[in-house]
Amino acid sequence: MSIFKYGTVAAISLTAMAALQGFSPLPDDAALVRIEASSVIYREPGEFLDRGTPVNGPLLTIEQNAPISIMRNQVTRGEYEACVQDGACLALDTKGDAGLPVVGVNFNDAVTYASWLSAKTGENWRLPTDREWALAAGSRFKDDAYTEVSDPANPSKRWMAIYAAESQAQEAIDPTPMPIGHFGTNEHGLVDLSGNIWEWTTTCYTRHHVTESGQTQVTENCGVRVAEGSHRALMIAFFRDPKAGACSIGIPPANLGIRLVREDKGLLQWLGL
Amino acid sequence: MLTRRAALCGAAALALMIASPLRAEEGPDPTLNAKAQTDLTAGLERVKAKLLTPPLVMDHDQVAKGGPKVVQFTMTIEEKEIVIDGEGTTFQAMTFDGSMPGPTMVVHEGDYVELTLVNPETNTMPHNIDFHAATGALGGAQLTFVNPGEQVTLRFKATKNGAFVYHCAPTGMVAWHVVSGMSGTLLVLPRDGLKDDQGNPITYDRAYTIGEFDLYVPKDETGKYIDYETPGDAYADTVEVMKGLIPTHVVFNGAVGALTGEKAMTAKVGETVLMIHSSANRDTRPHLIGGHGDYVWERGKFNNPPQKGLETWFVAGGSATVATYKFLQPGIYAYVNHNLIEALELGAAAHFKVDGAWDNDLMMQVSAPGPIVGE
Ligand SMILES: [Cu+2]
Repeated sequence: MSIFKYGTVAAISLTAMAALQGFSPLPDDAALVRIEASSVIYREPGEFLDRGTPVNGPLLTIEQNAPISIMRNQVTRGEYEACVQDGACLALDTKGDAGLPVVGVNFNDAVTYASWLSAKTGENWRLPTDREWALAAGSRFKDDAYTEVSDPANPSKRWMAIYAAESQAQEAIDPTPMPIGHFGTNEHGLVDLSGNIWEWTTTCYTRHHVTESGQTQVTENCGVRVAEGSHRALMIAFFRDPKAGACSIGIPPANLGIRLVREDKGLLQWLGL
Repeated sequence: MLTRRAALCGAAALALMIASPLRAEEGPDPTLNAKAQTDLTAGLERVKAKLLTPPLVMDHDQVAKGGPKVVQFTMTIEEKEIVIDGEGTTFQAMTFDGSMPGPTMVVHEGDYVELTLVNPETNTMPHNIDFHAATGALGGAQLTFVNPGEQVTLRFKATKNGAFVYHCAPTGMVAWHVVSGMSGTLLVLPRDGLKDDQGNPITYDRAYTIGEFDLYVPKDETGKYIDYETPGDAYADTVEVMKGLIPTHVVFNGAVGALTGEKAMTAKVGETVLMIHSSANRDTRPHLIGGHGDYVWERGKFNNPPQKGLETWFVAGGSATVATYKFLQPGIYAYVNHNLIEALELGAAAHFKVDGAWDNDLMMQVSAPGPIVGE
């Protein structure tokens, strides 16, 4: 569905897109930020092995395929509690102020919340992919490659380099949820990105192997998802409390929360689909 | 450097970048170093070990035959629901090769352990293995992290002899994986076998593995143990119970009664039994009721002389203890964690069934129970 749509969008020029907006008004909800175009220098997520030796994923400039509508703020505890009240979402483990961003949700909670909200509004809400998140984060997207060191003869060099870089980068983050706006706004108008709450994405943990013969093999583990914030974290999907530790990459996030993307219906309607 | 990489774009770049990774800056070409390291296993005999489910221990030579070998093992990680007590309490276990503890691996000092660790796609979590016997890479854990659908092969040289614990150690979930069942023992025997403090050989007729586990099963409001569908479902509640440090069950080999009744260990009078007792997480103190530890390597390491004639011995959490005992009387022996609350209320008890002839000299009932008659 979404692949088809992006394909379609790519086939339509920006002029056509502008004309399109006249036919079917696109979301102008104050709760949403509409990003028409953006680009970011992006590190492919996951682990990369070159003939068995860990190396960094490729770094490339990525651009939006299509405009995107994404929540201006993180989902609040009050909003999440409404889903709990409706019997759709699982109760949170802790109590807190309804006006603060929700924390202590795992990937499954986030997906459940999105489908509940979709059913409630008749719209199509979902988590962003890691790419979408990076494009929306813009200048707040952080490269998660800590070092270029990679020595096939001595794996410890990379471990030492990553350890040193992580220790240096590690600043104590106060995990106490803060009022909306506390962590400021990025260039696209998104609020509180990369503060003390990491946001779940749909992107699965992948391992890319280049074998001796030069073939690339990819294994994917969707039990581990990317959570994005001031650094990229690979998190076990059922973890609500990330302080137990991120999986495979060092510093754990402070909290796990939700920010959703709303799919456009307008284009499909306009195309008569 | 960054600019060059950033200038490349798309899938073509992806392939290209993977094909030409950046290497360590220092030194002319670090791969030269790799080539300089000769593979010392090249000419060695390679043997495939046949692992057995505990309490059984794989067939092995007590004294090594010939020179060092590469001993190849395969273990498949199994996440599965098991029943851990007589009340039908279910437990989301994670296991090496399907058992708690994982199979006991046996090699000799100087051999190479070559393990292929398989994490089938049907599992839900990444796993790895930390061998306390291995040197470097967090016991191999950093080199063995496998997702569901992956396998990895690790080789290390068994340079230290003794019984050593191995366990799963994935970052962020180590304690949980260990108390969910992911531990076992690697027995590295001296090439010339076990010796007493005088250097006389110690041999055994049978070997058994007892793996002690402290389990932390969450209860609902009514006090009933909760039945979870997946390890993921059990995770959050289990960690809460774990943090209280009070186990709900303390068991040998994965369940209350796993080594009693039909499943009791057996021996004959006159036989010497090697008892390997591992405890990956928590201290314990085995005791053979009605018997002893003839020779006990409390820390499991054979370069230290064994203690002799012990009543109860200590197993430090994260280690395995080795004890021998020659059974001298027939009957049922209880082998327990001598914190008797843990043994009798929480489950840490096993039995030996020993066949043979009774020795009146060692013990006899001089007068059967009857009315008190005085002097
Ligand atoms: Cu594990």
